[in-house]
Amino acid sequence: MVSPAHFIALSVILFVIGAVGVLVRRNAIVVFMCVELMLNAANLAFVAFARMHGALDGQVIAFFVMVVAAAEVVVGLAILTAIFRARRSASVDDANLMKY
Amino acid sequence: MTGTHALILASPAAETTREVGYWILAILSVAAAVGMVLARRAVHCAMLLAVVMLSLAAFYAMLGAPFLSFVQIIVYTGAVLMLFLFVLMIVGISAADSIIETIRGQRLWAALAGIAMLVLLSLVVGHAVIGPAAPSTAKFGSANVSSLANLIFTRYLYPFEVTSALLIVAAVGAMVLAHRERTTPKPTQRELAARRIASGRPAPLPGPGTYAQHNAADMPALLPDGSQSGLSVSPVLSGRSGEQPRELPGHPAPGTGSSLARPASAGAVAVPASPGGQEAGER
Repeated sequence: MVSPAHFIALSVILFVIGAVGVLVRRNAIVVFMCVELMLNAANLAFVAFARMHGALDGQVIAFFVMVVAAAEVVVGLAILTAIFRARRSASVDDANLMKY
Repeated sequence: MTGTHALILASPAAETTREVGYWILAILSVAAAVGMVLARRAVHCAMLLAVVMLSLAAFYAMLGAPFLSFVQIIVYTGAVLMLFLFVLMIVGISAADSIIETIRGQRLWAALAGIAMLVLLSLVVGHAVIGPAAPSTAKFGSANVSSLANLIFTRYLYPFEVTSALLIVAAVGAMVLAHRERTTPKPTQRELAARRIASGRPAPLPGPGTYAQHNAADMPALLPDGSQSGLSVSPVLSGRSGEQPRELPGHPAPGTGSSLARPASAGAVAVPASPGGQEAGER
């Protein structure tokens, strides 16, 4: 019997993997992908809770999260291309002009 | 309609199918997520992320969210991931992370933080009361889309309207950020023609594969005297990952002393009398 608890456990695991990826990776595009993975894990928890409570509000919130994530990716990748054009690098270590 | 739906969901065979599907997809998605963190090339990360997203779409379908399942495939896998791939093409498809740590002990601390977060979230989830799924209604099946529409356009109408503002701001912001001002005037046809005549080679370069047995783009053209023209292969192709232009089948490999098939990678071998030959060697 697959219960909502199974899906919530899976979303916890995926969220942690995404968080570790954000901390470890240096390529800004891969960091973005890991953020997407974390958002997806949160969405899975929302949908699982919606199923548990028998109400659709969780699915509506997950839908809004998808919209916000799409907007975030568009702006983030535009910033990335602008930085890449100026500095010829996509590494998060190289964008350090505002340090100190 | 809804009666048969509930019947199908409740039958033991369907339950077993759901369970097997859950475990296969769960292991697949976790493995793909771990691979995404570990893969060195960004393209492989994008492909593994696609696997995770498609499995999540299947999970949404299992959880009675068919609309979100399709939105996940269309918006996430279709649009967001393609956007990632386009930017990867701009930044460089072969961009790989360096394995040198710039901060001492960063990986160790990141792993520790990940374990701590996993323990914390597991405790939270373990203490929470997660009940069994509510009895399946039409809201989680055939009437999913209309019920979601009812909610979005009544209770969540204001957030929905604000979302449109967010999307417009994001679109304008992306255009402003990605726009590049032209710093030099655009060359006119006249200037282009003058530059071409001044370059000493008014004719176009020979096309790849001309007179050869294949017409692939990385195949050097054969000239009338039997030699290969290095000019005919795009410098992008011959320079890609250090590989040489392919050898023609039926011709001796370079270095065998044959005068017929001279190595195209040696540069300006192709046209002895051509004034453009020297340029090819410099490229």
